[in-house]
Amino acid sequence: MSSSKKKWFSLNLSNKSQNTTSCGCGKSSGGCGSHSPTPNETDQPKDGFDQVFDVKMSRRTAFKQLAASLAIGAGAVSTSCSVIAGDESKEKAQIDWEEQFKGNYKLMSDEEKQATVDRLVRSYQLRTGKTLNMSAKNAEKDVLFGYAFNISKCQGYMDCVSACVEENNQDRNSQMQYIRIHEMKDGKGFNFNEADDNYYHEVPAEGHFYMGTQCFHCDNPPCVEVCPVQATWREDDGLVVVDYDWCVGCRYCMAACPYDGRRFNWSKPEVPEEEVNKNQHYLGNRMRKKGVMEKCTFCVQRSRAGKNPACVEACPTGARIFGNLLDPNSTIRWVLENKKVFRLKEDLGTEPKFWYFMD
Amino acid sequence: MRRLKVFKSLVKDSLDITTRGSKKYHLWMGFLTLVMLIGMYCYSIQLEHGLSVTGMTDRVSWGLYISNFTFLVGVAAAAVMLVMPTYVLKDIDFKQAVLIGEGLAVAALIMCLAFVIADMGGPSVLWHMIPGIGVFNFPNSMLTWDVIVLNGYLFINITIPFYILFRHYQGKESKSSVYVPGAFISVFWAVGIHLVTAFLYQGLQARPFWNNALLGPRFLASAFAAGPALIILVLAIIRTYTSFKIEDKTIKKIAMVVTVAAQINLIMLISELFKEFYAPTHHSESAYYLFFGLHGKDALLPWIWTAIPLNVLATVLLTFHKLRNNFKVLFFSCFILFIAIWIEKGFGLIVPGFIPGPYGKIAEYTPTLIEIGVTLGIWALGAFVFTILAKTAIAIEIGKLRYKG
Repeated sequence: MSSSKKKWFSLNLSNKSQNTTSCGCGKSSGGCGSHSPTPNETDQPKDGFDQVFDVKMSRRTAFKQLAASLAIGAGAVSTSCSVIAGDESKEKAQIDWEEQFKGNYKLMSDEEKQATVDRLVRSYQLRTGKTLNMSAKNAEKDVLFGYAFNISKCQGYMDCVSACVEENNQDRNSQMQYIRIHEMKDGKGFNFNEADDNYYHEVPAEGHFYMGTQCFHCDNPPCVEVCPVQATWREDDGLVVVDYDWCVGCRYCMAACPYDGRRFNWSKPEVPEEEVNKNQHYLGNRMRKKGVMEKCTFCVQRSRAGKNPACVEACPTGARIFGNLLDPNSTIRWVLENKKVFRLKEDLGTEPKFWYFMD
Repeated sequence: MRRLKVFKSLVKDSLDITTRGSKKYHLWMGFLTLVMLIGMYCYSIQLEHGLSVTGMTDRVSWGLYISNFTFLVGVAAAAVMLVMPTYVLKDIDFKQAVLIGEGLAVAALIMCLAFVIADMGGPSVLWHMIPGIGVFNFPNSMLTWDVIVLNGYLFINITIPFYILFRHYQGKESKSSVYVPGAFISVFWAVGIHLVTAFLYQGLQARPFWNNALLGPRFLASAFAAGPALIILVLAIIRTYTSFKIEDKTIKKIAMVVTVAAQINLIMLISELFKEFYAPTHHSESAYYLFFGLHGKDALLPWIWTAIPLNVLATVLLTFHKLRNNFKVLFFSCFILFIAIWIEKGFGLIVPGFIPGPYGKIAEYTPTLIEIGVTLGIWALGAFVFTILAKTAIAIEIGKLRYKG
């Protein structure tokens, strides 16, 4: 940050190197949500236990050994109780046990991240006999994702919505959708009150224009601050993500979000087996369970693999633009520099990384 | 070692005394047990199918559970209005009432915790919130503050009365040097639990209806009206059905507390209404929805227009000394005041916070029968806990229960 005495948070796109070592809140540690330990800061993986007490190796090891012996004990009990149980069901029980008592993904080391991903892949294989491809790819250096939406171009076809649902394995029963397309009347300006975000007619409708909203991946996200267990946080590449396995389902983040960006699994999410997108990321479109929060991740499984999010790819009009804000040659940077861009509810100080513009 | 023996005998004696009683007492406890069982059945359905069995949606994501939680924090905080005069100012009038008040606080806090757990999407992973084992997002999240202050307050309100009763049980006087420091802490703590709970909502820039500097103070005023009002009603019942002596002047003094708090609460209500309706902005829409309905959606109108007249009527009745000193009028006023504040600080506060939504969407909320079942079950749990605590405390205080060691 150029000045450490700013009155409020502001987004910084100019300085790459600083952006990777410090965070917008000005603190170098703590739960501002955008800080993440660099490798030389800590030589051992941190979990929740460490984070709270900052204990040294000895206690940590003791805790681990205790957990391990518990696991072994439980394994022994389940083995002795189930004489006819096969190796597979034993393995499944073992995975379920380890998954139930694993730590917060945010605080895991890369090995721990890979281990939980492997367990989830194996568990899916044991249950359905099918193989997934799940990634635990971390944020890349000098990347900050941003998004721009061209209001002039959007015609309200909602191809982005269906592509998003398919890509991100959203619950089909409740018709959960991350993206909402608001149909607005010409001549009324951006009047959300009179807009319709649930239309069922031919588009583009005469005398209307369209604009889409979704999670804006705020650089100063209120949802992250309020989470009591740090189950949601801002990654280094600017994505605001949720650890579905760590979320306790209190929905405080939902109340804190000014942009209607979050969705809750009110019942067990269901996706027909043949429709499941098997190209997954731990923080992205892997299968959720009931009672946890989820949201748009800018398709982390795609964006970190160098692809555009599904909504951008699906848009037939080219209204959606996605890219790296720290790359001066990216399309998104061109839009920010050459168009009259604006963001929603800027007065709240959330610094969304989602801009609107018109031709 | 001796203390352990006394404690064992106390537990045995209190079990004995709480399982015995008049026919009415057994009917009451049986009724509460039945309601609790119904609540547990409803909760089991919720566990099985998820929170989709409630009326909550992505648009209105907190409902009856969080409303009751918010209100009950106030009831719990109100015990302090009795603690302070008794222990700190040495006002002897309150001595009998205070044990009842603290028992009520314990019951209210247990209900609070039960409501929060009922509202959780993943109660099986709640250990993520335990400091040390999980990740406790302190001090950033106000919810973690709330966990600390509520549990701390519960601890204080269990230990102080327990110490006093434990001494009395052995026929000894309780030492004020032991419990007065605790009582002092609890005075500040009670204000703390209510302010922190208000900050939970007040700190959200996304919800203009809550993001309002008056929310915290108004929480306090309404709590100090509704809580002691409930204590008066409970004392009236105890006076009728047990030999526990509660003097008229005790009740009259608590009534004074209720009156002042209700008056302040009313002034703040007027201030809020003025701000919302004199120069209405975009941010006044939630208040419009609450009081007049928006675009034909008016589910909360009957509730709030019950609450406001009851609130005003109760405050007016209490204000006149003649009326307040007439116990029939007093009990009636306390009852309607309690109901009015329950509506106003419950879903009159929580639900409109979500309506209209961030983009103006008006989706209404109606609790389902399952949700109501769980809620009633938790209220029954609170009443059950309170009855047990009060029965033991009264038996010790009137000298019926003594250690025979």
